Amino acid sequence: MFTNFFYILREKKVPVSITEWMTLMEALSRGYISNLEEFYYLARAILVKSEGHYDHYDAAFQQYFKGIETPAEISEQILEWLKDSTNRKTLTEEERAMFDKMDLDELIREFEKRLAEQTEQHDGGNRWIGRGGTSPFGHSGYHPAGIRVGGESGGRHAIQIAQERRFQNYRSDLTLDVRQIKMALRALRQLNRIGPEDELDLEETIDATCKNAGELEFVWRQSRKNAVKVLLLMDVGGSMTPFAWLCSRLFSAAHSSSHFKDFKYLYFHNCIYDGLYLDVARKEAVSTDLLLRVLESDYKVILVGDARMATEELTQRYGAINYYEQNDTPGLIWLKRIADHFDHCIWLNPEAPSYWSHPTVLMIGKLFPMYELTMDGLREGIKKLVVKK
Amino acid sequence: MNNNFDQFQGSPDYVISESLQNAVNVSMALGKPLLIRGEPGTGKTRLAHSIARGLEKKLFVWNIKSTTKAQEGLYVYDTVQRLNDSRFGDRDVSDIRQYIKLGKLGQAFTALDQVVLLIDEIDKADIEFPNDLLNELDEMIFYINEIDETVSAIHRPIAVITSNAEKELPDAFLRRCIFHYIEFPDAALMEEIVRVHLPDIKDNLLGEALTTFYKLREVDGFRKKPSTSELIDWLQALIAGGIPVDRVSNEIPFIGTLLKKETDYDYFLTRTGRKLPGKRGDTYGTLH
Repeated sequence: MFTNFFYILREKKVPVSITEWMTLMEALSRGYISNLEEFYYLARAILVKSEGHYDHYDAAFQQYFKGIETPAEISEQILEWLKDSTNRKTLTEEERAMFDKMDLDELIREFEKRLAEQTEQHDGGNRWIGRGGTSPFGHSGYHPAGIRVGGESGGRHAIQIAQERRFQNYRSDLTLDVRQIKMALRALRQLNRIGPEDELDLEETIDATCKNAGELEFVWRQSRKNAVKVLLLMDVGGSMTPFAWLCSRLFSAAHSSSHFKDFKYLYFHNCIYDGLYLDVARKEAVSTDLLLRVLESDYKVILVGDARMATEELTQRYGAINYYEQNDTPGLIWLKRIADHFDHCIWLNPEAPSYWSHPTVLMIGKLFPMYELTMDGLREGIKKLVVKK
Repeated sequence: MNNNFDQFQGSPDYVISESLQNAVNVSMALGKPLLIRGEPGTGKTRLAHSIARGLEKKLFVWNIKSTTKAQEGLYVYDTVQRLNDSRFGDRDVSDIRQYIKLGKLGQAFTALDQVVLLIDEIDKADIEFPNDLLNELDEMIFYINEIDETVSAIHRPIAVITSNAEKELPDAFLRRCIFHYIEFPDAALMEEIVRVHLPDIKDNLLGEALTTFYKLREVDGFRKKPSTSELIDWLQALIAGGIPVDRVSNEIPFIGTLLKKETDYDYFLTRTGRKLPGKRGDTYGTLH
């Protein structure tokens, strides 16, 4: 029963095991459910063990029970494409007028239709979504907030619930396993005696017992725990694209290293200004100012980037490469604030040191100790992060 | 529909969403532990209390701390007491049984009626902790080495486990659980929840307060967002202080009940321009 659903879930990278699937089958055979909505909740409770996978589950559910192919990756690419306003030009006058007339529901329906058709015919893909992809779609059409049926909690159809895709923001996937970098990062630790006194101090115990004329006298101490908190800031896009694979390795190594007390990561493009981004696509931003206020100065900061840009991007007001960034503080000042706020910062540069004579690289190199993003450079850099200033 | 499936229907003092109720019933019917995650203040711990009350069963609470070992939940062999007794006591130290003390899990297994067992904040413990309990939670059985005895559950307890996702839980453990993530309640559900706690609250006050509350939650940059329990404290303060409705959203009186961290409090004050830059404001100012 529903065996295909199992494989769709696995395909969507929901880690469902046979054990869990058998549990679901057992529950079904006992007749606990009477409609699809109950099935939706029952299967989710049994099969999905993290809110990070709720969205994948919704996508799989939608696909299996509706029969429409909507791979999340493609949808995201489409959203990207939609954001680019120049694409609107590909519409004819007539088409534009047609879309402007449609109300929201119609837009959604039209968008879904096109989406379905697009996956069916490979070549015409861009054209179809192009016609469907005026910005109203991107923002209110496909996005879950647009489809959301507000307030109504009872009696909704299960597919509709799945369609809302409310758990998209909880997704956390994509990791590569890179042991070498992980081993290097392991050096990044600072063992402090914290927490309750629960470790037997054998030496002291023997001493105390002897002094106590052989009567046992226990001495306890706190155990050692790693107190290192890491903030990773990565340059993405543009001139960094050739190094993307290298950065993603560093990222996955740091991300899967479980020994840090805290690990945060943010993205920027070329230089840091008022905001840093939470995702590679640089859609969601967080203010740099806020970051400096919220994060304690004992975070170890690793900046990754080629530090190569036009000089005015670094030194001029409104110099940011993205004209809409409109930074009234030059990037160099922002970088200095970061260097001043945090006690330990390093800059990892994927380019070889022989290319570091570029003026912006030199300027940034004065603010942050710069190392090459190689195993040796990483080791050196981590040594720098550990020592006291 | 099977008759003994929809056992749990909530209790009068706890508002439950349909999906959560479903998860509770699934876990009871299948005899598997229910793992609950969600933001602080969404009622994870209170769920177990509600189940116990709703089904009129006894509740055993096992609060997990960073030092808790899995063994403590099963039984503890009190060697220190025995050593002490062997020197000074008058008890028969050869009877080891009297030094075996059952933990919460052990007590829940040996209870004569079915009970509700709450393992609270399991992620606080060591990373290996859940793995150490795999077999015990699966088979509901454990072995006491010292007296060569096996304890098996008379009735499978209804196990509720809460987690704040501070640590990743092991896969093998997750496979054996039923999982539910409690979302932060929306305004409508929140209104229902508040009415359970404060039945006499006036409509206009509640409406105004909820609007302010959700606005406050949308502000980025608080280290700890106000949650349900803070809202209820705040409403109680508002009622006790006899604050007129029109002052609620403008002034947000008793803001200290909503924002618990000093930095959040400062941030709020500077944002709303209520504070002239003091010492903290000055250092903040030089950044610009």
